[in-house]
Amino acid sequence: MALSLPSQFINLLAAMMLLIAFAMLSQRRVLTLINLFALQGLTLTLSTLLVAWATSQPHLYWSALITFLLKVLLLPWILHRLVRKLNVKWDIETLINIPMTMIVGIVLVILAFNLALPISALAGTITRSTLGIALAIVLLAFLMMITRSKAIPQVIGFLAMENGLFFAATSATYGMPMVVELGIALDVLVGMVILGVFFFQIREHFDSLDIRHLEKLKED
Amino acid sequence: MPLQTVLAVIVLWLAIALLGIAFARNLRIVAKILFPLGAAGALVLAAAGFAATLGGTASLVLPLGLPDLPFHLRIDALSGFFLLLLGSVSAGVSVFASGYLRPGEGNAPGLQCLYYHVFLASMALVLVANDAYAFMVFWETMALSSYFLVVSDHAKAEIRSAGFLYILIAHVGAVAILLCFGVLQGGTGDYSFDAMRKVALTPFWGTIAFALALAGFGAKAGIVPLHVWLPEAHPAAPSPASALMSAVMLKTAVYGFLRVMFDLMGTQIWWWGVIVLAVGLATALYGVIFSAVQSDMKRLLAWSSIENIGFIFAGAGLAITFRAYEMRSLAALALTAMLYHSLNHGFFKSLLFLATGSVLHATRERSLGKLGGLIHRMPWVAWLALVGTLAIAGVPPLNGFVSEWLLLQAFLFTPGLPQNYLNMFIPVATAVVVLAAALAGYVMVKFYGVVFLGRPREEKLVDAHDAGPWEKAGLLWLAAGCVILGLLPVSVIDVIDQVNRQLLGQGLGNSSNWLFLAPIKPERSSYSPLLFLAVVALVVLATWYLVRHFYHGRVRRGPAWDCGFPFQTARMQDSAEGFGQPVRQVFEPFFRMRRELPSPEDRAPRYRVTVEDHLWHWLYLPIGRVTEFASTLVNKLQQGRISVYLLYSFLTLIVLLFLVR
Repeated sequence: MALSLPSQFINLLAAMMLLIAFAMLSQRRVLTLINLFALQGLTLTLSTLLVAWATSQPHLYWSALITFLLKVLLLPWILHRLVRKLNVKWDIETLINIPMTMIVGIVLVILAFNLALPISALAGTITRSTLGIALAIVLLAFLMMITRSKAIPQVIGFLAMENGLFFAATSATYGMPMVVELGIALDVLVGMVILGVFFFQIREHFDSLDIRHLEKLKED
Repeated sequence: MPLQTVLAVIVLWLAIALLGIAFARNLRIVAKILFPLGAAGALVLAAAGFAATLGGTASLVLPLGLPDLPFHLRIDALSGFFLLLLGSVSAGVSVFASGYLRPGEGNAPGLQCLYYHVFLASMALVLVANDAYAFMVFWETMALSSYFLVVSDHAKAEIRSAGFLYILIAHVGAVAILLCFGVLQGGTGDYSFDAMRKVALTPFWGTIAFALALAGFGAKAGIVPLHVWLPEAHPAAPSPASALMSAVMLKTAVYGFLRVMFDLMGTQIWWWGVIVLAVGLATALYGVIFSAVQSDMKRLLAWSSIENIGFIFAGAGLAITFRAYEMRSLAALALTAMLYHSLNHGFFKSLLFLATGSVLHATRERSLGKLGGLIHRMPWVAWLALVGTLAIAGVPPLNGFVSEWLLLQAFLFTPGLPQNYLNMFIPVATAVVVLAAALAGYVMVKFYGVVFLGRPREEKLVDAHDAGPWEKAGLLWLAAGCVILGLLPVSVIDVIDQVNRQLLGQGLGNSSNWLFLAPIKPERSSYSPLLFLAVVALVVLATWYLVRHFYHGRVRRGPAWDCGFPFQTARMQDSAEGFGQPVRQVFEPFFRMRRELPSPEDRAPRYRVTVEDHLWHWLYLPIGRVTEFASTLVNKLQQGRISVYLLYSFLTLIVLLFLVR
């Protein structure tokens, strides 16, 4: 069955997002990681725009605008500033080595596609085939949060997870209601601010952003 | 309009509570304006409760609560009777509290005022709640506000731990009550009491609901083995708070139990009553035996509260059994006895707790071993406490006698039960009741004799001062209540009979007249407190006259050695431990005792005995150890690493995704 042009483009963008997710998973440098995150945001914006145009859903234009402002401009800028201020440009330490992470990631993608299959069959949208990818992005971001030991990559993982969720929403149901979307966007922003403050606190206490230090907080 | 009046009083109390915060540090306003105002509200509440016992039921839906889940309120004879108890007792306690509050004791006076009045308001609301949701909300408010009253002197570690024990058991009880309501709604999903009345439970589910109600309300009332918080929390709380908790809050648990057993639950099985009876008797005996060996006066009173709650539950048990056998007039008798005893206990126990509060303020001493001879220094407190002591000991013509007599009558009429084993068991139970009542008298002789009679055991007791006018007024009100309830039993029973009619559909056979109380038939047994009082007064007057005019008229010579009196010191008096020693010997298996005996060569000999509760070591500590063990196991999950926590949620997500497919 031949796919229509917009849906082919959307599939392409989805594939790019998945690729970027893998790139983020394997990336060792913080600054590149932030740039990758911004790129993922841009891809997300493009795909949302495309869906909006192809299905003529005007509210999706707004979603795309918010995504662009928040995830391509504002959050990467905040993260860059944080990295500069905290002076943590060096390499990322992972808890599991990167090839191992990639293998786990591939397993997760297979899992996600299998899980999404019955849901995609139900969804009648032109973007339904991308649901598996969206789920995979969420799981990969989660995996990134687990395997990184420094605080900033973890936050990026958290933000990437939100990207995946948003993508899932657009692909399964043409986006969430505007109120929900605004709420989530605001949540992400607030979460970012709080975590930013938190970083400074962590560093002040432990002279490092390594969250393994937080183990000491546990009571015995 | 009793229900509207009750609501108005509740609003007044809440307003007073808020004003208390506004004037948190201003003792004059809090003590001299807010507390007396609260007492006036309490009187109005008592009047409304009295009106409610006479007039029919009324219900109301408050536009408060969660959306779509408003608070249902209802007032009927049962709640009216308990509102009467709450109002009349708390009026006296509030007046006393006006004089009792001192700067620098525990929390700021305004905070005490807040907790105290929220506590009162929540108790009143519990009594008028008409759905499970409202009931639980008010019930928990009551537990929390009383918790804060208990820990008002929270700088002391032992008071904090007493408060913790209290809130812990209160919450376990609340969970049981919640589950009980869950069973009672019978799968209809409607948690209003009106719906529960219509549900007919199977015997199995009925038994579960009964067990949950007994455990839940029993935890609040302090039946064995859920009593351990009482002897800890009552001494920790300030005296007005312990008076309210013991006199009124325990009765809300009795109210809840009656509400569930006689109103909400349609099915009745005779052996439920036997279980309640057995538990009640065990509680009574256990409480009185432990109260006999206490050497802290508030702890002694707390154990005595356990004993009285035991009597009340024993009466409830009898009533349940009688009702299950459709012997409604006897059920009414048992119910009358227990309700009467609830009311009486409200009065005399609050009187005694407040009297200990006055003693505590005057002497800074709670230990019986360091008190004595206070009747000379504090005559008002001593004489008013004597009224309470005699009442609680069950001495006619005071109120304690009436209810214990009624309870014994209820027991003596049981041979009519169509159950042979039960008929053989009941005489034993009667003997236990009599034993516990007699021991209660013994305990009260000890309490009163050691605190107020004899000679002061410490030097500083000479400086003890009598209570202030507010305190005297509060004590006087409660003592008057004890006397009136004792002298006018027929009128009181008329009020209680309305509750019987509501719960059982039948009242007592009305063969009493204004002078004689005759619960069943005049030819079987009757009691007239007024005649009794007249005879007692005559005998006393005659004796006094004879002694005064004939005995003292004789020539008397002073003995040569003065019977050893010149060498007698205050230390030679019978001490609290000494007085309790026979009970300690006779009931030794009940106690976990540790004695430290001095050796003959010891230059500074010390004798010490500590008495502990077996149940604490056999039941509570093992539970504590099991909990601790389980939590160390769970604690292994707790690594303190964010990655591990994230992994947990990740795995949960994956597993759930698999399951959802």
